[in-house]
Amino acid sequence: MAREALGRIAALVLAAILAAVVILPVVALVLRVTPARFVAQLGDSGVRESLWLSVKTSVAATLLCLVLGLPMAYLLATRRFPGKRAVEVLMDLPMVIPPTVAGFALLMAFGRAGLLGRTLSTFGITLPFSTAGVVVAQVFMAVPFLVGAARAGFEAVDRRYLDAAATLRAGEFTTFWRVRIPLAMPGIVAGVGMAWARALGEFGATITFAGNLAGTTRTVPLDVYLRLQENLDAAATLSLLLVVMAAVLLTAMRQAGLGLFAPQRASSLAPLPAR
Amino acid sequence: MLRASLRYRLADFELDLTLDAAPGSTLALVGESGSGKTTALRLLAGLARPDQGRIEVGDALWCDTALGIWIPAHERTVGFVAQDYALFPHLTVQENIGFGLQAVGIRRGVLQRRVADLLERFDLSALADRRPAQLSGGQQQRAALARALALDPALLLLDEPLSALDVRTRHEVRSELRAVLAGLPCITVLVTHSPVEALVLGDRIAVLEDGRVSQVGNREELLRRPRSAYIAEFMGLNLMQGRVLSSSPEDGTRVTTGDGELLVAGPVPDTTAPLVVVVSPREITLYRSPPAASAQNLYHGRVLEMVPEPPFGERVRVVLDTHPRLVAEVTAAAVAQLGLTEGAPVYASFKATGAVAYH
Repeated sequence: MAREALGRIAALVLAAILAAVVILPVVALVLRVTPARFVAQLGDSGVRESLWLSVKTSVAATLLCLVLGLPMAYLLATRRFPGKRAVEVLMDLPMVIPPTVAGFALLMAFGRAGLLGRTLSTFGITLPFSTAGVVVAQVFMAVPFLVGAARAGFEAVDRRYLDAAATLRAGEFTTFWRVRIPLAMPGIVAGVGMAWARALGEFGATITFAGNLAGTTRTVPLDVYLRLQENLDAAATLSLLLVVMAAVLLTAMRQAGLGLFAPQRASSLAPLPAR
Repeated sequence: MLRASLRYRLADFELDLTLDAAPGSTLALVGESGSGKTTALRLLAGLARPDQGRIEVGDALWCDTALGIWIPAHERTVGFVAQDYALFPHLTVQENIGFGLQAVGIRRGVLQRRVADLLERFDLSALADRRPAQLSGGQQQRAALARALALDPALLLLDEPLSALDVRTRHEVRSELRAVLAGLPCITVLVTHSPVEALVLGDRIAVLEDGRVSQVGNREELLRRPRSAYIAEFMGLNLMQGRVLSSSPEDGTRVTTGDGELLVAGPVPDTTAPLVVVVSPREITLYRSPPAASAQNLYHGRVLEMVPEPPFGERVRVVLDTHPRLVAEVTAAAVAQLGLTEGAPVYASFKATGAVAYH
């Protein structure tokens, strides 16, 4: 019994330490920014500029992730093809490589001297050190989250609904839009949420690939880093905004039952009774 | 006219069937779990592809492996009602029913009229805007049937149409379903593990054992000459014909067979038409002295004959000279305990809910 009690206390203490480690920095941030300073900093045109740029680029990146990621998620969820394992690894890669490395790789691909850079520049497209470059960096870093979650959503769609659709004269196209997408929606929404959060917080790949140009590529995370050296109030204000946005998003997703690592909500039937 | 011959291998299981059904008729495929019933239905629907086979429905050839012809499910005029109905959970009842019509691109006005007709016909008008999760089992079944019939299929397939329902509703829905099937112009193939359902719903009954049809016939043919132990067991039902004496939802239906009377739970739709009553021998309990509790159907008589059931005689069929005549099936242990011998006087009883009546 003593061992049980001890174990319970130890677990509580360790959980409390972890909670403190996470909560302390957030509290420190909140304490640093008084309401008056917060409002004053929001008046700063530089702060507003980076904020607007972050919103614009992260939304654009999320939409691109959705358009490019959904077909990939669908194929991975429903098809078997040679090289599928390689594609899966490739899709997960941006999640695990350091963002600076990702930014460097993007530069090697789309930079002026890069693999595709010269071709792009003959069409008058320059990605590095441009707002479009920021979006590309964000998409690169965020798309695995969307593909992963949407794929899980598609995989969770019960076969029996697809069979029902088939016997109701629905081909693959109709089935995709009217059955698969609505039933995979929890996964897709979770993916969009995660991809947007990732794009919003992107730092390493952006600064490496797109640089740190005020108004063009200086998103909030970059701005925070820059202002740390000179204006702590501004850095803290921007940081707090990011934290609040992330917290709101996570709360909303939990509320909808779509936690980051929550099991897929059952878009499926109850298991059949044993016969 | 349905003509199908299907061969399908799945791991160590092989299905090898030939099925025929006349226009407008209902074919009941009955078998235990693992006999290949659901697979057979999926092959007919086009959800699975036979290794060898041919499926002909009316003038249409849906599958002929020898000719390389294969029409996928979504190009067949087939209606399919899955065991758990598989209504789309994100669509309302009317959207579910309209799904197929929309998939084939029917004009909006026509679609709405057709959906309204179906809602009316299946008594779902008041539930048109509900989601499947808000429906009872019986309502879900009607919605699934309406959805499957919306496109006027040439072949309607029902997978265990009553097994998702609780026992109380099953009784009611069974007679509803029988009436619906009787009025359909299309061929219906249904699978069930329940001999009673097969008898009540099927014009012809095909018994499936280990992936093969061991016997096909109508009710009487199967009753007269069962060809295997399984069929004998399932066909060893007490089947009686009679007239309705009285019928009400509260008191059930009292039936006379000419030889005796019995009570069946629930009302019947038509009190003047002749009635068939089926009682499974396993529903019948035997006593040596009159049971203390008042049984709804209690008969006194003598044991005419005792037949041990193959293969090991653990269960024994006891033929009685009661009025009406009944066959009970009890365990060998019960025979010993009751000291049953041929000629011994016994009491036999069964509950009103243990009897099934249909026209």
